[in-house]
Amino acid sequence: MEKLLSIFFIYIFVENFVLQRFFGICPFLGVSRKMETAIGMSMAVVFVMTMATLVTWLIYTFVLVPFGLGYLQIVTFILIIASLVQLVEIVLRKISPTLYQGLGIYLPLITTNCAVMAVALLAVRQEFSLIESVIFAISASIGFSLALVIMAGIRERLELAKIPDILQGTAVTLITAGILSMAFLGFKGMMTL
Amino acid sequence: MKATSSYLQELTKGILKENPVFISVLGMCPVLGVTAFLVNGFGMGVAATAVLVASNLVISLLRKFIPPQVRIPCFIVVIATFVTIIEMVLKAFQPVLYEALGVFVPLIVVNCIILGRAEAFASKNSPLRSLLDGLGAGIGFTLALLILAAVREIIGQGTILGPDPESAIHLFGANFEPMALFAQPSGAFIALGLLLAGVNSVMKRLNI
Repeated sequence: MEKLLSIFFIYIFVENFVLQRFFGICPFLGVSRKMETAIGMSMAVVFVMTMATLVTWLIYTFVLVPFGLGYLQIVTFILIIASLVQLVEIVLRKISPTLYQGLGIYLPLITTNCAVMAVALLAVRQEFSLIESVIFAISASIGFSLALVIMAGIRERLELAKIPDILQGTAVTLITAGILSMAFLGFKGMMTL
Repeated sequence: MKATSSYLQELTKGILKENPVFISVLGMCPVLGVTAFLVNGFGMGVAATAVLVASNLVISLLRKFIPPQVRIPCFIVVIATFVTIIEMVLKAFQPVLYEALGVFVPLIVVNCIILGRAEAFASKNSPLRSLLDGLGAGIGFTLALLILAAVREIIGQGTILGPDPESAIHLFGANFEPMALFAQPSGAFIALGLLLAGVNSVMKRLNI
């Protein structure tokens, strides 16, 4: 139980997947312009990441390893993630067409979101149990969402500020991310597994 | 029929005009994640270039046989296969580099650059052009990695060819206190942001 709580806390704050470990940067830079898309993307990522980690863990443990197919890890994991994203797309189009429109190209881009693949891989490489892996995925995705929403809030205000030409766009976002990452450094060493 | 760009142009466009990192802002995760040391950045660049060239070539060869509706999963399988091969090669022949790059090696499969070039170019062009395009983009990517890694390692740690303490060349003498910020994640963000700003200003001057 303690370990589960530690995992949950650590991967949101101490080892934030975006700000400390550099996963999920592309959507982080791309979707953080507006708060609504940021929130929508966050919910999609939480769902996809948790389901993906669950399914990949099960397939790895009960199919790949017993049959000696460990080398197929990368191929199977990415295919599972790609299919799950397709599924989310179909479901979202039915349930909430506005959100689907809002996310636009970024929804299929969750497939190439390093964070989802990274969490799935790290869950089996760090030899977490099933329940630990699921908590790990939930926590990492909440961490991603936290970083994304904070950045969206900052960027919405940055739109109104006077920024030199050359710094506009990605450059200032990256510098802001750096300062945000420094803030999260304050959590360092608070908890270890 | 088709564009009259020469083969040399296909190669060089990925390095400057269409540099995947600085112009298209793709493949950010490994650029930030492995550039704490020059050798890691270089290793990642070479590995990614190998996958990029191989997958561009194969996808271009298969382009007439892949049905359009399932092309993305097909590309992904091809790319994932080559990434698996590269991972095994690294694990066997360069175990130190493999340990240093960690989970970023399998993450080459979700590197937007590779899927992007496959979708935008290799699926529509001849194998030779695709190979050159992949090589150019890979070299551009490696260049970006090297530049950022150079900034981060030289300013952030004062060495070249770290992390192995024996082969690391200390540039500034024993009493130098490096700007440790750049060795940290925060510094990576800031360094890349400033580099992008620099690239933007150069592009403006040259009016590209």
